[in-house]
Amino acid sequence: MDKLLFKDIDEPGLNTIDVYRRRGGYESLRKALAMPREAVLNELLASGLRGRGGAGFAMGKKVSFLPKGAMDVYLCCNADESEPGTFKDREIMQKNPHLLIEGIIIAAYAAGANKAFIYIRGEYVLQADILDAALKEAEAAGFLGDSILGSEHSLSLVVHRGAGAYICGEETALLDSLEGKRGNPRLKPPFPANQGLYQGPTLINNVETLSTVPFIIQMGGEEYAKLGVENSTGTKLVSVSGHVKRPGNYEIELGMRSRDIIYGLAGGPPDGRKVKLWFPGGSSSPVLTGSDEDLDLPYDFDTMAKAGTMLGSGAIIVVDDSTSVVDVAYKTAYFYRHESCGKCTPCREGTNWTVKMLERIKAGEATPMDLDIIASVCTNIIGHCLCVLGDAMAMPIGSMVQKFRAEFEEEIERRREEAWATTVAPEPELPLIQGAVA
Amino acid sequence: MSFEVRRFSHGSRVPGWDDAVDLTKDPASVPDPALTPVPDELRAEIEAAMAKYPDRRSAALPALAAAQRHHGWCSPEAIEQVACVMRLTPAYLTAVATFYDMFDTQPVGRHRVYVCTNISCSLRGADELCERIEQAAAGDPDINVRHFECLGACDIAPMASVDGVYVGPIELDEVDELIDDIRNDRPPLPRKQLRLRPSADTLPLDGKDPS
Repeated sequence: MDKLLFKDIDEPGLNTIDVYRRRGGYESLRKALAMPREAVLNELLASGLRGRGGAGFAMGKKVSFLPKGAMDVYLCCNADESEPGTFKDREIMQKNPHLLIEGIIIAAYAAGANKAFIYIRGEYVLQADILDAALKEAEAAGFLGDSILGSEHSLSLVVHRGAGAYICGEETALLDSLEGKRGNPRLKPPFPANQGLYQGPTLINNVETLSTVPFIIQMGGEEYAKLGVENSTGTKLVSVSGHVKRPGNYEIELGMRSRDIIYGLAGGPPDGRKVKLWFPGGSSSPVLTGSDEDLDLPYDFDTMAKAGTMLGSGAIIVVDDSTSVVDVAYKTAYFYRHESCGKCTPCREGTNWTVKMLERIKAGEATPMDLDIIASVCTNIIGHCLCVLGDAMAMPIGSMVQKFRAEFEEEIERRREEAWATTVAPEPELPLIQGAVA
Repeated sequence: MSFEVRRFSHGSRVPGWDDAVDLTKDPASVPDPALTPVPDELRAEIEAAMAKYPDRRSAALPALAAAQRHHGWCSPEAIEQVACVMRLTPAYLTAVATFYDMFDTQPVGRHRVYVCTNISCSLRGADELCERIEQAAAGDPDINVRHFECLGACDIAPMASVDGVYVGPIELDEVDELIDDIRNDRPPLPRKQLRLRPSADTLPLDGKDPS
């Protein structure tokens, strides 16, 4: 397979406009601007490109949802990449920022947007600085600003730095944050395509999605759709991390066998250990096990959905058999408790109580009944909030409890015995009377 | 019989996750420019940020970040100054500043060290690393060590962000060197910085660990 996004990614100076243009950069933009707007949109639709941020919604369709007419249309590039396990956008922005900028200009042309923003997470200082420098170069070369390359298309682009909040990767929370508010999600509908930033129609796409757009224009949508498998076209950056020998970003063709990613590209777990479980699409995705059946699944959107999980952002976190599933569940739940914005009760309280119950297990104070309560808390969060942050905790925790119930019960028993062995029961100060509350 | 009700410092019997404001005071209004001195550089930075957006309020995050750089933390004075330039109430900006992890609403050390302790990093020993870094920096008021949720660098786990510079994978025996670099304002562990790391995808598949 020929690499697209990661072709010569480590070429020195690729982040400068000179090297980027020498390699044929901004030619797709020239080609797109020579085409009518509808033709660009048709190429995006024909490519079958699905959003790479997590939801996997068809990008062309998203663009076509934007209302037509004389009004300000906005484009937001979601570079908040905070999903645990995901670090693919970081590498694109750091090493090939002009690819993203070119993609944004083309997508903005297709969407009829004249103002674009890149919402980058505040922790990515280096990447934001690189983007700022690239932006200046692109402006000086006439790729941004008024009447780009002599066409009627104008675009202003601003790099907006976040300040550390996972929830701002959620599209409506991102908009609120970009408007200078606390990053709380909004009620949908209205969807951002109709009423988004500053109440105007807004297109929101992930960095990787937008960075793919120049290749679609260059190759043609139909040609791009030949890559990958049906309904999951093209290539995908996969971030593999956790217990593997070679953690990192790998560009694959969708539909590759999961085992070939985890063992072939990333080198598998350390010698002598086995994969216990893996998150196929970031910490929000229900886990799969290390069974042959799960490892042999092709890595694409539909297969992962059929297996009861999701491709998400394409972040594979591998956990081997040296780690207790309770600890993994605790780390996962703790993260969502910290990041819950607190707007909706099921998420705010559900994440908190799930952490408390897992703490009980760790402290040796739990009984198997706690597992049923965790499961019921999870089912009561899913679908009951404005955004999917709560669901993103409930789904993996629910799947862990379901698939590793025996291990959870063993751990509860083991840790309880350990705790009992070391605790001396205190003498009651007063004799307890039956029926009295201690 | 009288007994004292135990209350938290904000006056409530239940712990809140924010300190409540003094309810006896009048709400603060938009600060008067004549009575609020704002350093020229900070004012210029905030005004430049406001000019970038169709709505000036969008500049709240960049403006607070600028104020934090200037004052070291989002102090009441810093927030007052941002509010004055942006023509917003301090309450609005305080609400924003307390929401985001990177804004400090309490005074902290000049060097911010965020140690990632999320899933991928903790699988590779981040919890122990965080403890060791905390111990090594203990007692130094200049260094503010805190554990942080996923910093988006799981390929260099366990890692830390030192004043915005990503460093990893950090071995336990490198902790003292790292703290030493920070204390002396040197670049932290230059050989382990993310910006120098080649993409895993371009390395030959010889089964060797690229780190």
